[in-house]
Parts: sequence; C-alpha cells; structure tokens
Amino acid sequence: MGSMKEIFNSLLLKELFKGMSVTGRHMFARKITVQYPEEKTPQSFRFRGLHALRRYPNGEERCIACKLCEAVCPAMAIVIESAERDDGSRRTTRYDIDLNKCIFCGFCEEACPVDAIVETRVFEYHGEKRGDLYFTKPMLLANGDRYEQEIAEDRQLDAKYR
Amino acid sequence: MVETLQQLLPGFLIPYFNMLMQLGQDFFGALWPDIVTVVWTVIKVMLIILPLLGIVAYTTFWERKVIGWMQVRIGPNRVGPWGLIQPLADGLKLMLKEVVIPSGADQVVFLLAPVLAFGPALVAWAVIPFNDVMIVANVNASLLYILAVTSMGVYGIILAGWASNSKYAFLGGMRSAAQLISYEVAMGLALVVVVMVSNSLNLGDIVKAQGQGRFADMGLTFLSWNWLCLLPMFVVYVVSSVAETNRAPFDMAEGESEIVGYHVEYSGMAFAVFQLAEYSAMLMCSTLISTLFLGGWLSPVSFLPDSIFWLFAKIGAFVFFFFWIRATFPRYRYDQIMRLGWKVFIPVCLIWLVVVGCWMMSPWNIWK
Repeated sequence: MGSMKEIFNSLLLKELFKGMSVTGRHMFARKITVQYPEEKTPQSFRFRGLHALRRYPNGEERCIACKLCEAVCPAMAIVIESAERDDGSRRTTRYDIDLNKCIFCGFCEEACPVDAIVETRVFEYHGEKRGDLYFTKPMLLANGDRYEQEIAEDRQLDAKYR
Repeated sequence: MVETLQQLLPGFLIPYFNMLMQLGQDFFGALWPDIVTVVWTVIKVMLIILPLLGIVAYTTFWERKVIGWMQVRIGPNRVGPWGLIQPLADGLKLMLKEVVIPSGADQVVFLLAPVLAFGPALVAWAVIPFNDVMIVANVNASLLYILAVTSMGVYGIILAGWASNSKYAFLGGMRSAAQLISYEVAMGLALVVVVMVSNSLNLGDIVKAQGQGRFADMGLTFLSWNWLCLLPMFVVYVVSSVAETNRAPFDMAEGESEIVGYHVEYSGMAFAVFQLAEYSAMLMCSTLISTLFLGGWLSPVSFLPDSIFWLFAKIGAFVFFFFWIRATFPRYRYDQIMRLGWKVFIPVCLIWLVVVGCWMMSPWNIWK
C-alpha cells in the first residue's frame, strides 16, 4: 500500500511541486543582498585587516624587537632585524610583513607583549604591482599613525576580555 | 504572398505598395515574381532572426535576474538602469575575447561545431506559425521538419566535444548525445499522440484543431487545448524538452561542477554562439510546447481576440518555467536520467498512445 502511494506521488510529481513552491516563495522574499560599495556589513572591533605598528603617545615606537610575532607567524610573513639604538634600547632596524603571505590569523597581534603590531579594521586596500603588498617598517608605522584613534578605541573595547 | 502583404500592411501604405509592384513589373518583366519571392523571404527571415537574437540576449539577463530573485539575491543591477545594459556588456566582452584553438584540436570541425549547434535552432523557426498568416514557410509536414531539424543540434555538441581534443569535452559530448537520443524517443512518441488527435502534421492545423471542442463552444478555449486531454503527454513533453535543451536539471552535458562540458575549450565568440544556441533552443522548445499543447496564438477565453501576443505570453511563461526549475532542482545523476527516459517516459508514452487510440475509436471520441 505504501509503495502504491509512493508511485502515485512520484507520478504526480508531488515532491517536485513542493520544491518549486519553495523557490517560488523565495522569489518574492525580501532580498538580503548588501550592495557593497554603497552599503557595508557591520564590522567587529576585533576585525583583522591591514597591519599597523603603533607608537606610544609621546611618539616612541612600541615595538621592542622581541620577535615573538616573527616566531608565531604561521605563514612566516614577518621578517625582523634588530640592533641597539644610540640610547641603549633594543629596536628593530627592519620590520617587514609580506601581505601576500599573511593569512590574517591575528597571532602576531596576540603574541605582542606591548601591543605594537596590530591589525586594523581596514580591508579596502590593494596593490597594483607584485611588490606593493610587501609592507616595510615605515609603511606599517604610517598605518599606525593614520588609524591610531580607531585602533586605540578597538583595544579599549577589547580590554576587558584580555 | 502579395495578398498576405496587402492584409498585413496598414491601409495608407497599400496604394504605395501597389505602385511599387507595378513599377517592378514594368522594369523586370517576367523575372519580377521571382524577385519578389526572394526579397520577401529574406525580409521574413530577418524579421525572425534579428528580434530572436535580441530576445536571446535578454533571456540570459532575465534568467540571471529570476534565478537571483529565487536565491534571495538581486541579480545583475550595475550596468545601466536595473542592469538592463548587462547583455550588451556581456556580448561586447565575448566579442573582444580571443577564440583560443587548442593545439591538437581539429580546427575546421572545432569552428564548425558552434555553427552546427546554432543553425538548427534558428532553422526550426521557419515553420512556426505566429498566427493564421504569419509564417515563413507553411510546410504541410512542419512537425516532421521540426523533429528532423532540432535533432541536428546534437551534431554541433558531439563534434565540439570531439574536436576539442579534451577528455572532459568529449565526455560532455558523449553524455549529451546519449541523453538527446533517449529523450528524442519519448518526445517523438508524445508528438505521435498529438498528431493523432489533431489529424495533421502542420503546426498551424494543430493549433486550429485545439480551438474546437465542447469547452471551446462554452467559451473556455483553454480547456480544449491539448494539454488537458493529453496531460501525461504534456508532462512528458515538457520534461523531455528540458532534457533536449541540455538545461538543468538535465545539464549532464555541461555539468559545471564535474566536467565543464562539451564547450570547455571554447572561448570568445565561439563560446557565445554555443550560448546563443542553448537559449534559442530553449525559446524554440517553449514555442513548440505553446503551439502543440497550449493552443499557439489562440486566446484562452473566447471573449478575447486571438492574437500573436498570446503566443508570446505562453512562450514567456514557459521560458520562466525553465528558469524556475533550473533554480529549484539539483542535477540528475547520469543513470537516473537514462532510467527516467527509458523506463518511465517511453512506457508512459506507449501506454497513453494505446489509450488515446482506443479513445478515438470509441463512441466517446472528442476529437471528431
């Protein structure tokens, strides 16, 4: 008896009509597309985008060349060289991030003991030549200077969870 | 055809038309009727092909929109207002692209294949009656002609698969050939039933035969159309049409996600011609369904006049239906397609053929 019912249903294309009614209803549903350049989806304060090197309010760079980020980086995108500065402190002479290699995991940010290397919310950037996405220390510091206010606010929001 | 033109032209043009005819007669003498025939045929062909190409372009746009809506997206809306220039942009892009011919491919066959696929889809329009008088060639066995010509399309596909010198293209071509041959049988049997009840192989006569009957006399012409009394054939024919045009859920020949299909090696205009062939074949199938089962240009109720616009509305509805099922169903597995064709459709057709035959012999025959 059950199989008779099955044959009958399949001959009447019952399942097919059910499926079509679903797509038919969705055709008139409110569209959820976000039209990107004009509209944007909300962003978390933990968003991991373009990298930046931060400074202290007095203008001194935070990075102390501990190379923890270089060690933790799973994509090996970070290259650091360090030397002693005239005042006796240890500083980086080279701090490069190859964003072609970077997987934006945020480990560098987590590893940093002084909050020097951070990832900003910026994701709309591009390079037109192969070398364009190889960020050197001055470029990263410039990023930090440019977005410092936003970076500081985001760290503030995240502070109670760290 | 001079009489046809005199019927179609608006009244104020007829004196000029007659004058032109007279002038030509004086100038060319005995050759004039032949010249008129050739010119008039070319005009008719152009009147079908040019709008058809435009419609095909916008069918692709409409398909993307409809499928987008069904997937709760918006669809193309960037090029021009509501994305209306999108098909032109696509066409321009394809024209500017290079046609890459793979090394090891048979060049002549490789370039001939898209033409072979596209040609039959256009040629079939020659016998489609748009209304009582608007038809390029009123062949008395037009249904036979359509069956013959549309089956030619598979050569384009199988040759494309073979000439590409690529495993995947070849697989796609083979699958497509097997599928078309299987469904051609079911389609042909469904058409036999239609021919039986219409008592004619002429598409115009088949349409006219659908305008008669008990329901037509009551004013409800749409219940007299073939779709109701031949409902199983109608369903078989619609599903086979989808399979014939190699569209989802029967797009084994393409199968983007497994083997890209018979046109995997094609680029630029050569690829565009395959797309044109697919969409004009889809329009062709919708037209055939409308003509054979849904009363062509006949109006669904008798208080509205019969008109070519009814035919366009039916074609549009069926094209939309094709999009709808493409947006709904996942692709069939290859063996399932073969099972459906051979073990379901052909037996159903054969049984219904016998049933309709008995029905027509019985005293309850409704097709007299």
